[in-house]
Amino acid sequence: MSSPLAGDGAARPSPFAAALKDAVVSGVITFLLFLPLVGFRATESGSGPLTLTYRFGLCATFAILVAVLRLVLHLTIWRPGRQKAARGTPSPLAAVGGFISPMAKPAFFALALFYPLIAIVVTGGLTPSRYWIDLGIYIGSYVMLGWGLNIVVGLAGLLDLGYVAFYAVGAYAFALLSTSVPINDWMAGHLGENFWALWSFWVCLPVCGILAAMWGVILGFPVLRLRGDYLAIVTLAFGEIIRLVLINWTDFTNGGAGIASIPPISFFGIPFTAADDGFAARFGLTFDPMHRIIFLYFVIVALSLLTALATLRLRRMPVGRAWEALREDEIACRSLGINTTLTKLTAFATGAMFGGFAGAFFAVRVRFVSPESFTFIESAMILAIVVLGGMGSQMGVAAAAVFMIGGMEMLRNLSFLKSDWLLGPDFDPTLYRMLIFGFAMVAVMVWRPRGLVSGRLATIFLKERKKVSGDLVKEGHG
Amino acid sequence: MTAMLSVTGVKTYYGNIVALKGVDVEVNEGEIVTLIGANGAGKSTLMMTICGSPRAREGSVVFNGRDITNLPTHEIMRLKIAQSPEGRRIFGRMTVYENLQMGAAVDGNTHFQDDLERMFTLFPRLKERLHQRGGTLSGGEQQMLAIARALMTRPRLLLLDEPSLGLAPLVVKQIFDAIRDLNRTEGLTVFLVEQNAYHALKLAHRGYVMVNGVVTMSGTGKELLERPEVKAAYLEGGH
Repeated sequence: MSSPLAGDGAARPSPFAAALKDAVVSGVITFLLFLPLVGFRATESGSGPLTLTYRFGLCATFAILVAVLRLVLHLTIWRPGRQKAARGTPSPLAAVGGFISPMAKPAFFALALFYPLIAIVVTGGLTPSRYWIDLGIYIGSYVMLGWGLNIVVGLAGLLDLGYVAFYAVGAYAFALLSTSVPINDWMAGHLGENFWALWSFWVCLPVCGILAAMWGVILGFPVLRLRGDYLAIVTLAFGEIIRLVLINWTDFTNGGAGIASIPPISFFGIPFTAADDGFAARFGLTFDPMHRIIFLYFVIVALSLLTALATLRLRRMPVGRAWEALREDEIACRSLGINTTLTKLTAFATGAMFGGFAGAFFAVRVRFVSPESFTFIESAMILAIVVLGGMGSQMGVAAAAVFMIGGMEMLRNLSFLKSDWLLGPDFDPTLYRMLIFGFAMVAVMVWRPRGLVSGRLATIFLKERKKVSGDLVKEGHG
Repeated sequence: MTAMLSVTGVKTYYGNIVALKGVDVEVNEGEIVTLIGANGAGKSTLMMTICGSPRAREGSVVFNGRDITNLPTHEIMRLKIAQSPEGRRIFGRMTVYENLQMGAAVDGNTHFQDDLERMFTLFPRLKERLHQRGGTLSGGEQQMLAIARALMTRPRLLLLDEPSLGLAPLVVKQIFDAIRDLNRTEGLTVFLVEQNAYHALKLAHRGYVMVNGVVTMSGTGKELLERPEVKAAYLEGGH
């Protein structure tokens, strides 16, 4: 404790001196670390050579930020001798959770149902609400994907890093079928001129699900004997293979250029157009392109609910319980006479089917598909939603999807950081959203290591249903 | 009388390494038969070979007159054979109730309630713990759960792999008493693999001693307990 940095406090080691010393040391380390990373910057001036600019001020800002933060932490949370809250008592977070949880489900569904209305009222009109309803659709897609992957990862315990492959299969299946000229001609000949353009989504939706499920089985077969890390690698490769095939099989998929002019969604055969037989005219409304967007929102809510309800039903059926048992112990499953091969394949197929539905929805929403949309980062995002939400928990996954996708989107809007007294007008907050997002994930994993919703309801029960706590079970096992 | 389970000349390999070098074991209906031996003798391998994973490369396993040597594991386990695997392998995140229910899942839960009551009389502790996660039980309770879960399949032959592993002597006694009860009252046939030779041989009608993948001795439990070789190899050190 004889550091010159700590000044007077050095002779008699006080908590403040120690904290100050630590703060200064961390500040210096931060500065040195940031010096090469942030301090030097090569900028392109016009078409000329790169010029080196220095940003020592910014480095110093970061260093001071870290130093002050550590000082504050040392004097408060990390203070030596601070009484730690007794382990036995539930955390305030848990108490809040216990208070909210009975209301959470109805509140969530009510919010999901009335969200477009709220958006329209708050923003003051159909057109200005477009951004928010689009965001709702975007989040809804991820809720659905999360719930779909939850079957494979959360229930059956099969770590699937290539889930986006099934999403891609669904999207491309719909894109190819709905833009296919022979099918269109055949349908026009038999069922009316515009039949295929109007009904293609509703006809193709189950087809896409079935196709994706088939691909789920195709992936499932070779990986039946793999678990954990090995399974993750193979599924990761599978996801990439699908994407590369989509890029390179130009004759069939139009390669990297993608497939455009996919017919838009119809209200069960009634198009969302300004024409006399359009949706607005039929229902006596004035035409607004937002009608289609709001309808899309309700379609994704319905599809998500379908996923959730199907999962709930399946969990109570023998196959669903076999999935959960499989996640716990494969050998024990076999010793009880459960066919683990069939169980794994049904898990893959069911999860893939919902991925396929979501893919078809993606294609009809964006009306353009290209391999760009189905990269590994999508799989990683969906998996992160499932893990953050608490594996196997439906509400947790939904909450995580809202938090992650909505939060990422909100981080685009950090333009206040651009003000002069903060980071300057050159600062681009969208570039930092992944960083902030990463911090948020680390924070959740530190404080809620088993995900946002870690308990699970017993799927079968005697007399009364009891919540099974996640406490007292090892991390990653509860 | 033909045996309920007969293992004849079974050779099992892990890759190229031979684990069982031609084993013959018979279990008759209504018997408790134990297989004792040191670590790595191949006891558990024999147990798993009966269940079809790994498979016997030579020899045959016949249950109730049916050759089950090459059946898939899950089909073997549907033939009224139940196994409480080594290391218990209960479903840690599922409740005790769900664990028991998984045992009854294959035959469609038709006797579930009756069987549940039977398990509660056999292991009253399970009733107290019914809604707890399997992973939160003590070792002894987990073992009881593993046995109860196996019994929920209504087996005629129960295969037990080291039920005394890592348990306190008092708990071992409870579990062995329960096995004896089941055998006496319900005529359940039990094939028990154990390291705890003294208790196992006292419980069993007959026993086999396995050394390095070969059965070296067999006889009634009492006979084996008195054999000097058995005493020297497995019973020294007091109980």
